[in-house]
Amino acid sequence: MFQYVVRRIFLIVPTLWAVVTVVFFLIRIVPGGPAMAALGAYASEEQVRALEHQMGLDQPLLIQYVKYLADLCRGDLGKSLITQRPVAQEIAQALPYTIDLTVAGMALGILMGVPIGIFAALRRNRLPDYLGRIFSLIGISMPEFYLGILLMYVFAVKLNLFPVIGGGDFSRWGSRFYHLVLPAFTLGIIMTSFISRMTRSSMLNVIGEDYVRTARAKGVSEKMVVYKHALRNALIPTTTVIGLYAGILMGGSVLTEIVYSRPGLGKMMVFAVKDRDYMTLQMVIVIFSAAVFLLNLLTDILYSLIDPRIEYH
Amino acid sequence: MATAHARKGLILYTFKRTKTSVVGVVLAALMVGLALLAPWIAPYDPIEQNVKLQYAPPSLTHLCGTDGYGRDEFSRILWGSRVSLMVGLASVLLSMVGGIPLGVVAGYRGGKADAVISRFNDVFMSFPIVIFGLLILAIMGPGLIKIIIAIGVALTPRIARLARGSTLSLKEMPYIEAARAVGQSDPKIIILHVLPNILGEILVMGTLWIATAIIVEASLSFIGLGVRPPTPSWGSMIRAGLDQLTNAPWLSLFPGLAIFLTVFAFNLIADGLRDIADPKLRG
Repeated sequence: MFQYVVRRIFLIVPTLWAVVTVVFFLIRIVPGGPAMAALGAYASEEQVRALEHQMGLDQPLLIQYVKYLADLCRGDLGKSLITQRPVAQEIAQALPYTIDLTVAGMALGILMGVPIGIFAALRRNRLPDYLGRIFSLIGISMPEFYLGILLMYVFAVKLNLFPVIGGGDFSRWGSRFYHLVLPAFTLGIIMTSFISRMTRSSMLNVIGEDYVRTARAKGVSEKMVVYKHALRNALIPTTTVIGLYAGILMGGSVLTEIVYSRPGLGKMMVFAVKDRDYMTLQMVIVIFSAAVFLLNLLTDILYSLIDPRIEYH
Repeated sequence: MATAHARKGLILYTFKRTKTSVVGVVLAALMVGLALLAPWIAPYDPIEQNVKLQYAPPSLTHLCGTDGYGRDEFSRILWGSRVSLMVGLASVLLSMVGGIPLGVVAGYRGGKADAVISRFNDVFMSFPIVIFGLLILAIMGPGLIKIIIAIGVALTPRIARLARGSTLSLKEMPYIEAARAVGQSDPKIIILHVLPNILGEILVMGTLWIATAIIVEASLSFIGLGVRPPTPSWGSMIRAGLDQLTNAPWLSLFPGLAIFLTVFAFNLIADGLRDIADPKLRG
């Protein structure tokens, strides 16, 4: 098990390298190059040259690439083209807001989605099932930013219960939590609709299995059948799916941050696109992809804990 | 052939039986109809400004109110549906054009070709779709064609994976082996035997992605990377309305409702199709 985890972590390295490479070369095919794009169409040739020199863009592409990788390995993520501050510093500042949001969103999604899915499956084709299915279908059809605006309109603008925008004062727990509630529910409700759907269908699959029928036949109480026999097996596919939805979680956090003006990574990324700050942009995209990878790894480990049949060699 | 007919009949039967998917088809047809008829049924010109009518609330003359330039919101929503649906359909088609050959080659050839294509897919799929679309648009700049390319490219590895899976299971079929045994070349087998047999399934499964493509387009437009103004698009209309949420909430709420209904319709259809694909979950 331990060996497996270590090997998986090492496998992340080549994949991350591939992601970094793809982003590096994609960004350098910007028409006129990142320097020209950053300065705008009216910049003089000298200005473009000076910035290209400063960014090291006047060197051959391969040398730039090797240098970039070497810098990355030393933990030097480059400097923002706009603020001139180290990208690592800017990321460190924004990251906690995004971590708060994604962790809270995922936690809400699991806490609400799994019970709803089980409940719906146990009452298949009855009212609770229909309601659960309609809820999840509505949730997956709702863009995160629209749900965010609806919640903001009702709970912040009309009822005045929560702040409209901002990330709050991060050093104060109260303010941090107060500003997190609406964004977390926005992301959480979307995740709930995906997770409840998956839990329902895997629960239905398991309930039809022979061993569940056997358990019922030999007189095991319904409660035991559900929790001991069915749920544990149903949770296995659900766990994988939570990893698969990591992408939706990350993408959703970007849009939620924009709606609520949370100063996290997503907002940083969108500003980097608008300001044509390619140094920041490439790093943030790499971080989001790395997060998807890590979540998948975490899921696989969880998988082995839930399902003792799975052994890793 | 008889079995193929029977199978088609069963698919149609199941699809009709799942009432929700029928509702989805009707709703989607309505949305497509409105989009096609927009030039004739929109009560006003979607880009004509009228400063005297800034932020007029919904009324009988302006069903969804007017925006900051006095433009009729309802007409803009009708015209905006064209962008959403066009991007939804075109980007999924584009992803099929790229994804099917990749997936079929990977599945049919196996070995090194499969390893290379599958690793590439893994890398590209680790980017969330919205973030990958954003990266492509950051490079190419905003615009309708570019947004179709961005979403199409983001969906390509997903379609490729689907095509690879179908090809893998088909490859072992006796008639493919027979074709190989009589000495038909690989390209001929792929074109004559593999493609026609997996195309139906992939087209059906591909429609599942239309809903995703529409949401991603709306999201990218919301971020400000969609079609250029003044062309109306639902995502950018919501973005413009967000600043006026307190005094003109209709500007975000109505276009959002339009996105939701369209995506909802395609998801209902997809649900019906998924039930057909997985009979265990039927009912």
